[in-house]
Amino acid sequence: MIEPDARPLAWQRATILAITPVTPRVRSYRLGVAFDRPAHAGQHVDLRLTAPDGYQAQRSYSIASAPDDSGTIELLIEGLSDGEVSVFFEEVAAVGDEIELRGPIGGSFVWVPEDGGPLLLVGGGSGIVPLLAMLRHRAAAAPDVRSLLIYSVREGAEAIAREELLDRARDEPGFDLMLNVTREGGGRRLDAALMAEALDRLGTPRHVYACGSNAFVEAASNLLLDAGLAPGTIRTERFGG
Amino acid sequence: MVTRGFTGRRPPEATRERLPPGQYLTEDFPVLQLGPTPRIDLDRWRFTLREGSRPLKTWTWAEFEALPRTTWSGDIHCVTKWSKFDTAWEGVSFDDILAAAGIAAPTGFLLAEGYDDYTTNLPVADLAGAKAMVATRYAGAPITPDHGGPARLLVPHLYFWKSAKWVKGLRFTQRDEAGFWELRGYHMYGDPWREQRFTGD
Repeated sequence: MIEPDARPLAWQRATILAITPVTPRVRSYRLGVAFDRPAHAGQHVDLRLTAPDGYQAQRSYSIASAPDDSGTIELLIEGLSDGEVSVFFEEVAAVGDEIELRGPIGGSFVWVPEDGGPLLLVGGGSGIVPLLAMLRHRAAAAPDVRSLLIYSVREGAEAIAREELLDRARDEPGFDLMLNVTREGGGRRLDAALMAEALDRLGTPRHVYACGSNAFVEAASNLLLDAGLAPGTIRTERFGG
Repeated sequence: MVTRGFTGRRPPEATRERLPPGQYLTEDFPVLQLGPTPRIDLDRWRFTLREGSRPLKTWTWAEFEALPRTTWSGDIHCVTKWSKFDTAWEGVSFDDILAAAGIAAPTGFLLAEGYDDYTTNLPVADLAGAKAMVATRYAGAPITPDHGGPARLLVPHLYFWKSAKWVKGLRFTQRDEAGFWELRGYHMYGDPWREQRFTGD
């Protein structure tokens, strides 16, 4: 377990250092922020935006970058037209702007190198973000930990960090990638055969992290239980309803 | 600190009055949980009151369903920022559970325990007096597994992580012992109107 920190989690200012397109709908935001406590792969931050009349909106975003001492974090934010915070990022936010955030937050959906492997990561859509932090951290801090990522997207163009993941699968001996497209030629949803193949390629995982929509995570974790994995080895994080 | 260029989308005044600080209204019903949805066989379902490790009273599903029923409708608030209005629940109130066991609360605090080994701590004063129930129905139907069925705790005046899913019992404790999230930096009490999300809030 991550050691809890008894100190209050204070709001602090973060500066937008860089904005980079990632997919047609997702952008990367590199923020300059120094946390007062250690960060761990899988955690998130709370962002707070304030209007001139004092009205505030808060949302949580997973951290995509591995914990490091750069004094920066990367967030990957999808432009959702119905989201007042995501719309702000898509239409207003610019390099040099300051926003408020606090974190790092979360002590369950977290992987630290001492947890070891084999490590099975199952991501759907934007649910890849905390898993990306784990893969990046694994490569930097524990490359001997065997890992496999099942990444399911509706269309290939939606795949976040696709080039990075393909490069890692090619260059990192301990990392295996199964990119699954559900709505293009020959696409299919996660099923028992696909899960069996993943478990065959990886071996029985010590830790599983599944993140995505509720429907995706529910389906993935049920397939894993059906395959005989112990419930206590599977951690989940779900977006949306 | 004012955020350059942020105007926001204010909900109507009637909605804003019902939203605790930092919350937004959602129409759907998000699911947050630590792991897979547990597979619970109603034939083997039990609900147990304990003082420390000592069992005080256990009900089977049929016995629990036969207890007096209570309903509650109102707003719920999740620490992940969403609030949902006008949710309708049915179950057995904490008061009726104690009455059926023929006991008074032996201590001032307890840990709600789930079939997934989740725990969360609560003062007895926040459950008694019709403030909480073990709910078995939502919106007129049995609670679905992903929302905590067959039975979940409902303590709607606190952040919803206190309303443990798949509840299997209540364990009275001598002092206020931190549960799963409270051990990981979440607030010991969790009042949404005071925005008690994390330690020190």
